[in-house]
Amino acid sequence: MTQTADSGGRPTGGAAAEPSTLLEARGLTRRFGGLVACRDVDLRIPSGGIVSIIGPNGAGKTTFFNVVAGIIDPSGGTVEFRGRTLISRPRRTWLEPVFWVLPAAIVLLVEYLLGTFSGDEESISLGAIAVIAVLAATLLTAIIRPRWYSRFIDRFGVLRSARPNDVVAAGIGRTFQNIRLFQNMTALENVLVGMHLKLRSNLGDHLISSRRQRADEEAATRRASELLALVGLQGIENELAKNLPYGDQRRLELARALANDPVLLLLDEPTAGMNPNETAEMTALIGRLRSDLGVSVLLIEHDMRVVMGISDRILVLDHGEQIAEGSPDEVRRDQRVIEAYLGTGAS
Amino acid sequence: MSAIAGSTAGSTGTDPGLRARLRDFSNRHRSITVIVGMAITAIALPLIVLLPPFSSFSGQNIWLDGFTIAGIYVLLALGLNIVVGLSGLLDLGYAAFFAIGAYTYAFAASPFTGNEFPFWPMLLVGALMAATFGILLGAPTLRLRGDYLAIVTLGFGEIVPIAILNSSKYTDGPNGIGGITPPSIGDFLFPTTGNPWPFYLTMLALITLSMILIYRLQDSRLGRAWMAIREDELAAAANGVNTVTTKLLAFALGASTAGLAGVFLASKLQTVTPNLFRFDVSFTVLAMVVLGGMGNIWGVAVGAFIIFMIQSVFLKQLNLFFDNVNVPILSDIDFLQYQFLLYGVALVAMMLLRPEGLFPSRRRRRELHTEEDAAFGELGDPMGAAPK
Amino acid sequence: MTTNALSARPTFVATFQRLRLGPYLFMVGFALVVYLIIGPEQFVNALTIGSIYALVAIGYTMVYGIIELINFAHGDVFMVGAFCSMYVLTTPLGQTGPVTDPPALAVILFIDFAVTMLVMGTLGTAIERFAYRPLRNAPRLAPLITAIGVSFILQNIIQIIYGPSPINTPQIIDPAARVVVGGLSIGVINIFIFVTAVTLMIGLQMFVSRTRLGRAMRSTAQDREAAQLMGVDINRTIAATFFIGSALAGAAGVVQGLYFGNIQFTLGFQAGLKAFTAAVLGGIGNITGAALGGFLIGFVEVTAAAQGYFVWAQAAVFAVLIITLVFRPSGLLGQQLGERT
Repeated sequence: MTQTADSGGRPTGGAAAEPSTLLEARGLTRRFGGLVACRDVDLRIPSGGIVSIIGPNGAGKTTFFNVVAGIIDPSGGTVEFRGRTLISRPRRTWLEPVFWVLPAAIVLLVEYLLGTFSGDEESISLGAIAVIAVLAATLLTAIIRPRWYSRFIDRFGVLRSARPNDVVAAGIGRTFQNIRLFQNMTALENVLVGMHLKLRSNLGDHLISSRRQRADEEAATRRASELLALVGLQGIENELAKNLPYGDQRRLELARALANDPVLLLLDEPTAGMNPNETAEMTALIGRLRSDLGVSVLLIEHDMRVVMGISDRILVLDHGEQIAEGSPDEVRRDQRVIEAYLGTGAS
Repeated sequence: MSAIAGSTAGSTGTDPGLRARLRDFSNRHRSITVIVGMAITAIALPLIVLLPPFSSFSGQNIWLDGFTIAGIYVLLALGLNIVVGLSGLLDLGYAAFFAIGAYTYAFAASPFTGNEFPFWPMLLVGALMAATFGILLGAPTLRLRGDYLAIVTLGFGEIVPIAILNSSKYTDGPNGIGGITPPSIGDFLFPTTGNPWPFYLTMLALITLSMILIYRLQDSRLGRAWMAIREDELAAAANGVNTVTTKLLAFALGASTAGLAGVFLASKLQTVTPNLFRFDVSFTVLAMVVLGGMGNIWGVAVGAFIIFMIQSVFLKQLNLFFDNVNVPILSDIDFLQYQFLLYGVALVAMMLLRPEGLFPSRRRRRELHTEEDAAFGELGDPMGAAPK
Repeated sequence: MTTNALSARPTFVATFQRLRLGPYLFMVGFALVVYLIIGPEQFVNALTIGSIYALVAIGYTMVYGIIELINFAHGDVFMVGAFCSMYVLTTPLGQTGPVTDPPALAVILFIDFAVTMLVMGTLGTAIERFAYRPLRNAPRLAPLITAIGVSFILQNIIQIIYGPSPINTPQIIDPAARVVVGGLSIGVINIFIFVTAVTLMIGLQMFVSRTRLGRAMRSTAQDREAAQLMGVDINRTIAATFFIGSALAGAAGVVQGLYFGNIQFTLGFQAGLKAFTAAVLGGIGNITGAALGGFLIGFVEVTAAAQGYFVWAQAAVFAVLIITLVFRPSGLLGQQLGERT
């Protein structure tokens, strides 16, 4: 099994059951010590679909979310996205640091055997410099991660699950339950950070302020303004994020998540703390994202009006386990769901 | 040029039109602003010291010499500002990179090693050496939380002078390396006593160049990534920022500025010793960055200059480093004590009362205007708002 | 084969991990190796120095456990404690050298420890109250910077009062007094320090696990909001944590003066770094871990020094810190976290 899980990996081979599956989670499990936060959860998000996860507090929704977003590693199971394994249980990650240290340790050993350390200060210093240089070289390689390095690591069965920025690079954006905007940056700057991976100028470009850099920045600023207008925030580009009212902050986070042109959006309780008007607006906005931009959405929600109104499919979690999965009608009528969560008479 | 559009579009309505337009211009054409500002400073400073009461303290030459040394601290503060101010990474061992730059040039141009490399390319080499060590230090540690990073950098800042001190074979230990060649242009060798202008102008040029480059970085996607990391590292990663490489770049670029300052120092003093680079220096530069307004490039530069001037004028000695090289006079140590006590108090007071520094940048002033009676905790802070 | 991990019989490995025998075995093995390298004399020395580091490390780890702050000023509290002890011994008690009369010695020691620990505890609490508490909700960098400022203030006040050179402290336990245990001649002072340190640590452990305040500390460290909801007075609990940690550092300061015979204002800075390394090594937030870490660091330092690499001993400790943080950031006794920040 030499599949890489980071965004540079190869396709898994073997076609998915339906050609329009965007994301498929299989048997996703996450344990914290003795507590199983989420156990064997399966989820399929069709392309262009809106899927909601619901469940009582502590059901494992946020854990599941965080695993898909690359913030936590799963204890078991996989997540495939666009046909590639994105998230899976890390294996033998302890091996990687060993590889970093091994060349330097070998050099150290060789020096010891050659007796470099028995001499005077000079040879010790030279020896030390050699060791440090080798160590620096290995560390730099590890940081830059060229292809051959990843392949080499693969060969030893080291499996690294996707980090948050790998997940973004793959085309997934997310918002947070308790709004994590960059408080002391303006709305425009927040969205521009969202476009981080889209901008292609590098350090050299920055330093000499090349034409490409300036063109990039201008284009990015225009696009950021468009995105802000899309979520209904035109005109407040230069307001600090922390000064915006709550509803605007939520929209800003959405605009930021859209900045990377994702194909899947993970929205963690997007209507939390909103009054019915704002909720309706946000729901409509999410719907527009799907219809106008073709973005698929995975939603954690507590507000049943939103969930029933907009979802194509619903996943119900309780105590970390999946108790139902299906269309809103199916879920609404499912006995286990009614007992655990909805109560009788849910509409 | 700048991605941050000028403040003309309906933000704070209290700005008169001229000021807003001036600010807008300075944002769009940062480099020109910096050059003009520095040129004005370059001319104004020597003129001011010809006036009383400054002229009664010392002659113009000594003043200019002092300004040049102050410039070294300005460079250091600018560099540390990238790490602490822009990126929110607490680096407590900054003096180590300063030392590396200085010793690099010392190895390159002194009778101790017998080399005679020219000064100007060595500026770049020194910066690169320091940057390399910045990466070396950062690589294993940048996945750590901020507190751990602080301790590790502190340790590194301790280890480097000790290593230099104890590798006598290579660095002549406590005696330091002397007889370092000053810079030269063609056949003209920079005078080390008497005419202060060559060093003075060179330092101004270095500061100007550094400020221009740092402003460019701040206004680029890298600068935004740094600020995003400072504000909320997790959210930054969740938006595609590779936090490890971005932090490493902050470290490397910050270190390179210190390396630059180190090369200059070595060429000016002609001697480098390990005790020029102890924690005192790291702490002083940190104090300058904090007091000058973290993240605010001009503020940090001006703050560093003012603080250094106060320190040296108060001590009535304009060439602190010269005295360090010779046997330290006992009275000097007393003054130094009070100075650091004052810094300590100032740091604590700053954090409690005015965390945005003495020179709050434009954005911090905006936040103070629009939310005047919000408590400090809710207001959050440029130093890395942890979401609640 | 689908054996559910939760229903299988506990394997040897699982039990081994649960009882955390691993770290203790490592300790014993390490101690053995060190003993073989440096011999009994130096081993005793290492235990003594380790005791000092352990006492200081506990303060670091307790504070970090409860408010997630590295108290940079803690090392300097240790230093001030040493100076306080010297002052108590020389000025009111008028001691200059070894005290031979055992009852008098006991009384003097008791007064010394009691006063120093009380004063240091108060100092620590005051620092928390005035420098850290207002910044409790401020972002990460602010209290760190304040802590550095406080550290510098403490150092410089002592430097101004006592000057920059080392000061002699009265070694009221005769450093030359030795007892013979099992064929080995061990210094009385070494035994005293080790016993004192271990007693204090055991006392602390019992306090934390059995008393109400100790429970409050543990619960606040785990989940501050939940503890508050349960009625725990957070401010008082944190203040108590600082008091205890600083008192222990004060005790370490007393011991430092007794053992080495001289103190200097830079003491805290050096020791602080090493003690913090010890806390990290043992698992930050874990009191037993800090104690273990302290002894380990003592071993590392004395071994490096005994081999002649005295100046590189500091580098060795620093290397230990880096290695721990890179390969096993949770330390010896900490939890393995799976999360990425």
